[in-house]
Amino acid sequence: MEKLRYALFTGCTAKQSTPEQYMSTMAVAEKLNIELVELTEASCCGASHLQDYDDFLSLVLNARNIAYAEKHGLTMVTICNTCQLNTAMTKHRLDNDADLKARVNEKLAEVGLEYKGTSLITHFLYAIIDDIGLDKIAEMVVTPLSQFNIAPFYGCHNIRPSELQNETHNKAENPYNPTSLDDLIIACGGKNVDYDEKNKCCGFHAELQAPKTAAILTGNAIAGAMDNNADWMVTPCPLCHLKLDTQTHHASEAIGRDVALPVLHMQQMLGLALGCDQNLLGMKHHLTKVDFV
Amino acid sequence: MNLEQELTKRKKELMSTHKITTQKVNFKVFRFNADEDYLPYYEDYTMEVTSEEVVLDIMNRIKWDYDGSFSYRRSCRHGICGACAIKVNGRSTLACKESMTTMIEYFGNEMTIEPLSTKRAIKDMIIDKGDFWKKHEAVTPYVVDEIDETPESENLLSPAEANALNDADLCIQCGACHYACPVVEVNEDFMGPAAFAAAYRFEADVRDGDVSRLTDVNQMGSGVWDCVKCFECAEVCPKDVNPIEKITQLHNMLFQQGKAESNVATRHAVGFEKSIKKNGVLDEGGLVLYSEMAGIVKHVPVALKMFSKGKIVPPWGIVKSENLDEIQKLVKSSSTVKF
Ligand code: SF4
Ligand code: SF4
Ligand code: SF4
Ligand code: FES
Repeated sequence: MEKLRYALFTGCTAKQSTPEQYMSTMAVAEKLNIELVELTEASCCGASHLQDYDDFLSLVLNARNIAYAEKHGLTMVTICNTCQLNTAMTKHRLDNDADLKARVNEKLAEVGLEYKGTSLITHFLYAIIDDIGLDKIAEMVVTPLSQFNIAPFYGCHNIRPSELQNETHNKAENPYNPTSLDDLIIACGGKNVDYDEKNKCCGFHAELQAPKTAAILTGNAIAGAMDNNADWMVTPCPLCHLKLDTQTHHASEAIGRDVALPVLHMQQMLGLALGCDQNLLGMKHHLTKVDFV
Repeated sequence: MNLEQELTKRKKELMSTHKITTQKVNFKVFRFNADEDYLPYYEDYTMEVTSEEVVLDIMNRIKWDYDGSFSYRRSCRHGICGACAIKVNGRSTLACKESMTTMIEYFGNEMTIEPLSTKRAIKDMIIDKGDFWKKHEAVTPYVVDEIDETPESENLLSPAEANALNDADLCIQCGACHYACPVVEVNEDFMGPAAFAAAYRFEADVRDGDVSRLTDVNQMGSGVWDCVKCFECAEVCPKDVNPIEKITQLHNMLFQQGKAESNVATRHAVGFEKSIKKNGVLDEGGLVLYSEMAGIVKHVPVALKMFSKGKIVPPWGIVKSENLDEIQKLVKSSSTVKF
């Protein structure tokens, strides 16, 4: 198969508080014969907060990031749901509003860049499903995860608003009954766990402002997975991961019940199934012990 | 061709392209009468459902064909009164507008029909929507203006001024978003997406002269800063009001009008700009520190654990964006607000 090439927007989290996500992305890409051209010029996407303060600045910075992917002539691949939402939303707004696009480009021209709208933007999860295919991925599995019940946690910003999200990949995802991550679990040989919270919010974006709300939502999510006999959880978003992996103490306190499960990034799960060297998957960076490997 | 022939022809065309299908669906329906029942229960109904039906048709059939006591609200049957909102498989929906074909596509042939909020149920689908109305009322949901009792001319809005409402005026107060919001569910003070959409609708109205509304939505614990940005409200709204977008616009207004006080929420938003200006990328630890100030102490235990697992990069270890000068130049030239 021809080598796939993408422009990788790592986002900040994969480079700081979830180093294991960056490591496992690279390891998995190699197994899948994907070349990732890292957008080292990119800035932070603003994580859905910068736009609360200064919407126009947020658009300009995101358009700049996308412009770099366009320069490579590649699809931009994200590995963070919130990066995905912010960049895809920027693209959507600029592509549908010539006036706004002109205003943004006027700024970008100051640094010799232009946003054209030529690059697609998609999350790594959907990129591999669309461009490699679940059947092909299943064929490449060397260590099927058949002894595990795995609870998918989708994360809001990959599935909502669905109108926008479904512009970014081939098979429409139903936000009330999403299947992509379940399908990936099955392709890896695991058993997917169905539970009410799989498409709900982990609370990450209000963690500082509304800690109690955020902790209850995290607690409910882990509890839902535990009550449906999950051995561990898997997520495509490093922000959900931070919440589910590092905030179990607050979450347990908030819902009055001890909750904790190992939480893997989708890249780590895939890496295990594809037989990546475990040292490259970074499980030692987790707070909630990953004790099954 | 005369008119009659033309109509027959069109009807035939329509019939050949538009197939009406039927399929069996099992409904589990929430039943409860606060006056008689100690606990709610679910009743099962199995029906042949045609692709033409909407959810309200199913509720009508339950009432007419099975149990006359089955209770629900509906009035206009045209998606405009907002009375008929209920939940199908946990998803808030306007019963009179939601087609069964879509529901079957979403959920298959097993459906649970419940009121918008089971804990607020009075009788079957009918809930006490009091909290919704109270919160709606709290944002002064009307134009406040000195009215000239004998105006000489009409008070016209330009198309641009009308467009500034950004469809927030389409809200029919159905409550679908309110009872889909996870924060409303866990924090009874949170005003909720519909109230915020209404607040935006009147703040964006050039005729309005109210002075308290923005202050009301600016409160920590109940106001816009407690939204978790889950987009459930945008997804569910049958009128495409997009409440979360209006919440963002309220945030913007608070900053633009200098009403955003320095607190953990506002500093958290502003902190991104600071960090980007300095590094291009985010300094995650620095952002938490800047946002929390003295409040940082409560994060120390987790932060220490994270540090020991290699999950915290110190300020000097952060790899800045390449071409940082471009980013800095853009932050300078494209900023539209000050804090
Ligand atoms: S969402 Fe977080 S990780 Fe992703 S770019 Fe934005 S700030 Fe960085
Ligand atoms: S985006 Fe905010 S207001 Fe809308 S449903 Fe989620 S938490 Fe509630
Ligand atoms: S914003 Fe939409 S969902 Fe919410 S009350 Fe208004 S019409 Fe209903
Ligand atoms: S009956 Fe009026 S909106 Fe449905």
